[in-house]
Amino acid sequence: MKIAKAFGLEGLKLDYSTFKAIGPLVALVFLFILATIINPAFLSAGNLRNVLARTAFIGIIAVGSTFVIVAGGIDLSVGSMAAFISGVMIIAMNSISAQLGFGIQTVLVGMAVSVGLGFLAGSFNGLFVTKGKIEPFIVTLGTMGIFRSLVTYLADGGTLSLDFGIRATYRPVYYQLILGIPVPVIVFALIAIISTIVLNKTSFGRYCLAIGSNYEVAKYSAINVSRIRTLTFIIQGLCVAIATILYVPRLGAASSSTGLMWELEAIAAVIIGGTALKGGYGRIWGTIVGAIILTLIGNILNLTDLVSPYLNGTVQGLIIIGAVMFQRGGNK
Amino acid sequence: MADKLLETKNIAKEFGPVRVLDKINFDLYPGEVHAVIGENGAGKSTLMKIISGYHQPTEGQLFLEGQEVELSDIIEGEKNGIAMIYQELNLAEDLTVEENIFLGQEKKKSLLLNEKEMKNETINILRELNCKISPDDRIKNLSISNQQMVEIAKAVRKEARIIIMDEPTSSLTQDEVKVLFDLIERLKQEQVGIIFISHKLDEVKEVADRVTVLRDGKQVTTEQSNNLSEADMANLMVGRDLKDMYPDKVDGIKENIVLEVKNFTVPGYVESASFQLKEREILGFAGLVGAGRTELLEGVVGLREKTSGEVYQKGELIKIKNYLDAINHNIAYLSEDRKGKTLLTDKKTIFNLTLLALKKFTSPFIDHEKELRAYKEAEAKFEIQAPRTDMLVSKLSGGNQQKLGVAKLMEIEPEIIIFDEPTRGIDVGTKQQMYTFIKELTVERGKSCIVISSELQEIIGLCHRVVVMCDGKITGVVEEEDMNEETIMHYATGLRGVV
Repeated sequence: MKIAKAFGLEGLKLDYSTFKAIGPLVALVFLFILATIINPAFLSAGNLRNVLARTAFIGIIAVGSTFVIVAGGIDLSVGSMAAFISGVMIIAMNSISAQLGFGIQTVLVGMAVSVGLGFLAGSFNGLFVTKGKIEPFIVTLGTMGIFRSLVTYLADGGTLSLDFGIRATYRPVYYQLILGIPVPVIVFALIAIISTIVLNKTSFGRYCLAIGSNYEVAKYSAINVSRIRTLTFIIQGLCVAIATILYVPRLGAASSSTGLMWELEAIAAVIIGGTALKGGYGRIWGTIVGAIILTLIGNILNLTDLVSPYLNGTVQGLIIIGAVMFQRGGNK
Repeated sequence: MADKLLETKNIAKEFGPVRVLDKINFDLYPGEVHAVIGENGAGKSTLMKIISGYHQPTEGQLFLEGQEVELSDIIEGEKNGIAMIYQELNLAEDLTVEENIFLGQEKKKSLLLNEKEMKNETINILRELNCKISPDDRIKNLSISNQQMVEIAKAVRKEARIIIMDEPTSSLTQDEVKVLFDLIERLKQEQVGIIFISHKLDEVKEVADRVTVLRDGKQVTTEQSNNLSEADMANLMVGRDLKDMYPDKVDGIKENIVLEVKNFTVPGYVESASFQLKEREILGFAGLVGAGRTELLEGVVGLREKTSGEVYQKGELIKIKNYLDAINHNIAYLSEDRKGKTLLTDKKTIFNLTLLALKKFTSPFIDHEKELRAYKEAEAKFEIQAPRTDMLVSKLSGGNQQKLGVAKLMEIEPEIIIFDEPTRGIDVGTKQQMYTFIKELTVERGKSCIVISSELQEIIGLCHRVVVMCDGKITGVVEEEDMNEETIMHYATGLRGVV
């Protein structure tokens, strides 16, 4: 019951709608059991750490997507944005290291560049949607292409590599464990908690839900619709920036294939988690569970020989379609 | 006289438990213009939809040229030579005149379109109608009257014997109206029967041979238009007996002006409107649909763009750029569109109640306990009947939704409250509660109210003064002692006052 309360599910009866409400959680538990049966090594601390750390990038981005989608928007540019920010971050750190050396200052400058770019990119998307009155799908389809091409241009078609001196300093941001938990997982958890509070406990979150539910009613409730919608895109940009900060030390490089298809994985995580694609209803915990499910599928396929890991996308796709079918099933 | 083109015998229509049409005997001769008039909600549209096949009657029979028919849908109506031209034109904006005229009935040469034949036929029809547009013009580039011509050309091409025109002049200029009337004259000579629906009594008088008056779904009379004056028509449309629906009016009004609007223009809807609202007053806004009442007041509270106009609150000029500014000046507006603009129907009651005044419940997090207390209070005060506190709004009845909408507004404790059609589509009991509440707001709590209503009874029963609008302009302000349905209707139809 305590768990149910934490998820805001107290007082629910055990019928189809309850099942629907906690559906993603049920699926997650099922996958855990399945994975353990297939290969007991799944439950090893090392493997679980790996699964969660890999989930963190998509998970953090998907948390941002939850805000955008709840408020009735969509952002297709996040994968390209991550690649672009990675590229600029690496260039910035490499060039500043001539003055600041390979120390922590250089890494901090890189992080600041990342956050600044995320803010600008999100504002760009948001303002074109609200002030320019262009559909989010179109705007972010455009920026998806723009960011991707910019990083290709910056890398001159190849790969941008972080200087090895800086890599040594930056490395712990991805690889360090704190109390046995990887740093990205801790950051992911913090963002999840903050976002849950923002979405459920603040007027901003309430306004996002209202706008996604019915734009006109929001307007007639004296809500500054443009401002709120722009803010959701800025939150998305900042989430991408944070994910990128955690991602760069992992490989220390960026290329035109960095973050490829992340936008689809992020949107998939949101949808699997039970957030309505048309907006107006959403939950952060669902998104997190959705993101973990997506990573788990890949992990399970790697642990077994039954299905080729190359079919990862097929299984993910089927799960996305199945999740939505399941959610629609109870609606009359 | 020739045989009747159309006749209805004792047609009735029920939507659920509501009888919207009762025993209508309507007929139409070839070459005749038969006007149908009545207040909003009198049943004009429903009757037309039955004649055109869009609705099926619950009772009664429909005869076309003496043969009893049952029209199962609008396509069958068209096959029987009935064409309806809607108030909002039904043309594909991006297609050409020719493509629209043949839409759905394209001529073909084996698999391909026979464009030559369609073009020739279009040219012929347009010439016949004396209409100077080209078959290749795109609809969106045409004036409204020419778009209407295209609708009529469509009807002519289908060789319609009966053409129903629903408020055809509502968006036409004076000159365009003249063109339309000339065309109607030509259609009459072709022995086409025309049913003409309009709120504008002068036009009815000018164009119609006979007039049928509907009121509350009943046929009041059918008369030669020569025998009726415009004033007679207005009286016949509204003549109802007042019941004890309304609380006694208490004269608590003070002469202080709490809100003054000067020369307010909302482009396309309202032209240079000025009015005053006094302290503790209930000020009515009457007029026909499309007169610009909603647009004017939405403009005043910042929900619509204005091109000119000033708003003074207690003598001081205030700037209202958006609705939030109005709310900050304690001016609140309840939309006429309950489900589309007031309430989120897929959200719970409490979510809706606190949405407008959410800041009050936030510090810095939303205080759910406080929301719940506010809901309990509102539930008791407005007698909202919801079995559970966390009900979805879509599960509430219309009356309870409306009460919730009012409660939502009152959460910001406004000084000036604008109610737009506060009793539309709700039951009599809730109506009475709404009236009592509005009165209480002014008398006991010192607020000032504006009530926009299309029900004249309501305006007269409730308001101290009434501003009447016609065609985007204020045509008159009627004081309580002069208030009766005829006077208001005369201003509303532009018979009296500055037009």
